[in-house]
Amino acid sequence: MSELAITASGLRKAYRDKIVLDGIDLSVPAGTVFSLLGPNGAGKTTTVNVLTTLLKADAGTVRVAGHDVAAETKAVRAAIGVTGQFASVDDLLTGEENLALMADLQHLGGREGKRVVESLLARFDLTEAARKTAATYSGGMRRKLDLAMTLVGRPRIIFLDEPTTGLDPRSRRTMWEIIRGLVADGVTIFLTTQYLEEADQLADRIAVLDQGRLVAQGTSDELKRQVPGSHVRLRFADAAELVAAAGVLTGSARNDGDLTLRVPSDGGAKSLRALLNTLDEKSIDVDEFSVHTPDLDDVFLALTGHASTKENAQ
Amino acid sequence: MSTDSTIMLRRNFKHTLRNPVTVFNAVLLPIVIMLMFVCVIGGAFSVGGSYVDYVTPGMIVLAITYGLSATAIAVNSDMTKGVINRFKVMDISRGAVLNAQVIGSLLRTLIAIAAIIGVAFALGFRTSASFPDWLGAIGFIVVVSVATIWLTVALGLAAKTPESAGMAIVPLILLPFLSSAIAPADTMKAGFRQFAEYQPFTPIIETLRGLLSGHVSAGHMIAALAWCVGIGVVGYVWSLATFSKRA
Repeated sequence: MSELAITASGLRKAYRDKIVLDGIDLSVPAGTVFSLLGPNGAGKTTTVNVLTTLLKADAGTVRVAGHDVAAETKAVRAAIGVTGQFASVDDLLTGEENLALMADLQHLGGREGKRVVESLLARFDLTEAARKTAATYSGGMRRKLDLAMTLVGRPRIIFLDEPTTGLDPRSRRTMWEIIRGLVADGVTIFLTTQYLEEADQLADRIAVLDQGRLVAQGTSDELKRQVPGSHVRLRFADAAELVAAAGVLTGSARNDGDLTLRVPSDGGAKSLRALLNTLDEKSIDVDEFSVHTPDLDDVFLALTGHASTKENAQ
Repeated sequence: MSTDSTIMLRRNFKHTLRNPVTVFNAVLLPIVIMLMFVCVIGGAFSVGGSYVDYVTPGMIVLAITYGLSATAIAVNSDMTKGVINRFKVMDISRGAVLNAQVIGSLLRTLIAIAAIIGVAFALGFRTSASFPDWLGAIGFIVVVSVATIWLTVALGLAAKTPESAGMAIVPLILLPFLSSAIAPADTMKAGFRQFAEYQPFTPIIETLRGLLSGHVSAGHMIAALAWCVGIGVVGYVWSLATFSKRA
């Protein structure tokens, strides 16, 4: 398990004067899930493209499956599987033909190829749609087919670039189950995502990427400790109530502008009940009550001091 | 040809079967143009002999260039859709995707040309070409096709969208009309005549005309082959360079 599947050091990449990757160092032990977390435009896809031989870095070295990506490109390609942000399926071919094409290109041979195609169709619940062209598939089905195509060659290292972006919650959960299944088979996964929850659910280690730099690395728990954490937001009808509440609730942060109070809380029923009881005892009226758990924006705010530029990037 | 190219060629065949309109297009339109020139307009032309005999080689070349737009669009669609990225990170031969496009396009072109020759005979085309002449003509058609297809692949790769790829080919489709395909160059107005005489399709068509009538001029043949080699090499080198840069 101590063997490293992916190592990168000092990766730099710039397009003209725009620096996309500004010295990335990372290492992924074999058989683990590593998640690169960051907003659009942070450099996630560029990192994946460099690690998967699609793009040459300006500086730095990368070894994947023990091979140097620049010098032993073929060996790296033979060892990895990549599922990109946009489903790389052939729209004019059926699901079955797409998989058969991969089996042919991997030189699996007629019978073995057929067996692999059929088992993947069954595993990804695509048997019924096998003879329909991929153009007719829903977003979730296309992602599943895409991942199935990646698996035809039984890669030991799989890169998943935002595998659930744009999927509905149900398809997202299905995808998570599939990824967990791969991990159980001992596959190394390099996953990029914009969702903290996804990284939290799947990854052994998370690295936060911001404007081409890794601003934090660690387990999900380690990262969350750096984040303000979940809190309760209270809104009051007038300033007097707000001031009174701020007086009794220790550690709260007052916002006089919109008459709200931010109280740290683990969001559990017990602590919430205690909080409400305290307000009740002091006869303080609360207009609105909501519980917030940290999301990517909180992580970003905490780690970088600025909000993620999810909306305005790209 | 590597096995990867064969696999990719099978993929292109399936695409064609799913979307047979491209073949109909490539076969039908040249026939319509031929019928128009031979049966409607051509009667008024004086070319020193039967017009269908004169125009058939030109129509064969038109069938080659007309089919190119489908190639350009197919090549570009491949580049602009995600599937190419998958091929690029797999351990497969780099040129396989392009080789398959070239061979697929060549086969489609040959079908269109067979149809045109069939129609020509039905319209009274007569030839004194011997069997070796026919072999030479077919070989020459393949050379012209492969050269123009590689240039088309390069244009298709260089274009940003499938639509602009289709547009980029238009000059190549128009060039035969401004050659000796439909009327002899020496009957053209000054300016047009010089253009027709010095552009690649005039020696190409004259060579084909010579092969099909049994007496080819060496000068035309050399000029035509030189053009084909030039066009083919530029197209090939440009294609490979653009292919490795894109996606």
